[in-house]
Amino acid sequence: MLRAAALEAIYPELEPHIVVTIMGAVAAELYMLGHRPNFFYLEHAMGLASSMGLGIALSMPGQKVIVLDGDGSLLMNLGTLSTMARYRPGNLLHIVFDNESLLSVGGFPTATSTGTDLAGIARASGIPVVKEAHTPESLKSAVSEALAGNTLTTVISKVEAVGPKTFHMDLPLLENRFQFKRALEAMRRASTERGR
Amino acid sequence: MPVSIANSRLIYDALKACDVKIISALPETWLVHLIRMAEEDPDMTLVRLAKEEEGIGISAGAYLAGVNSALLMQNHGFFAAINPIVSLALLYKIPLLMLISYRGHMGEKDPWQTQGGLMTEPVLRALNIPLWHLTNPADVQRRIKDAQTLAHASLHPVAVLLSRELMWED
Repeated sequence: MLRAAALEAIYPELEPHIVVTIMGAVAAELYMLGHRPNFFYLEHAMGLASSMGLGIALSMPGQKVIVLDGDGSLLMNLGTLSTMARYRPGNLLHIVFDNESLLSVGGFPTATSTGTDLAGIARASGIPVVKEAHTPESLKSAVSEALAGNTLTTVISKVEAVGPKTFHMDLPLLENRFQFKRALEAMRRASTERGR
Repeated sequence: MPVSIANSRLIYDALKACDVKIISALPETWLVHLIRMAEEDPDMTLVRLAKEEEGIGISAGAYLAGVNSALLMQNHGFFAAINPIVSLALLYKIPLLMLISYRGHMGEKDPWQTQGGLMTEPVLRALNIPLWHLTNPADVQRRIKDAQTLAHASLHPVAVLLSRELMWED
């Protein structure tokens, strides 16, 4: 499966929710499908997208938070799985695109190419629901189920090591950061008003 | 264990006065009472980390979601978190309130802490992170509040160094 096809299949599910992506191909491909102010692209600090998602999920329990992670990033911060599992916010969905490669820096193979099993690590870390989805349809249904429920879920999705032609995004990172914070404030205000 | 309960309480109360709702922490001797206070407080979310760098991500997420947070770490944990301090907090102008136990400084008996003690202030200064020393109980509330105020005004990390004089009674 191409990651671009996978993202296209789940884009309607992502659109209304808080999304944090890793850098590189994932960020560029999501951006090309259509930027939303509630999307944040973490363009550096590899491995920390899931920690950011955890911080947001704990701070805004009324909102769904979706992290788009990658094998190279997750391998840099495997402890995040044990920390997420420990606090297991039900509003957090962690999707890992595993292309077995550090594609954005030139395509070096990661340890998932030699047998490291991220779904197995996630299960053994205590993530309550771990799924594997290797087609756009199965990914879409895993995402829908996770968003309909209230259980921390990690979905490992094997994709081909193919990226976009360009990583260019017409969105300076500070603009993204300030816009994202405002979008989260608006979501918080809207949910407070709904609660009245 | 001669970690000061009274001064840990002062620090904890100062964090509460700053409306801190999330504390991320990795245990170390001087921080045990602070971590216990966070755990026993039903209005506090304590996130026990596997490694300090996760805490930078958690605090960044909390900040963007409008919630005040603080990080409790040893100075060696601060060293472990330098990459995300640079490539997340500084890059994206995210305020951080870091409370760092200043091991390896004057009075340290554990040889293994001493190298980190020598490096702490030079590394903070190299990163241009403003720092406050906490040595006097009378300064605790004011300095922690002022550190948070500067962090939020400057959109920049700040460090509060917890000293032996404050944390350790022998």
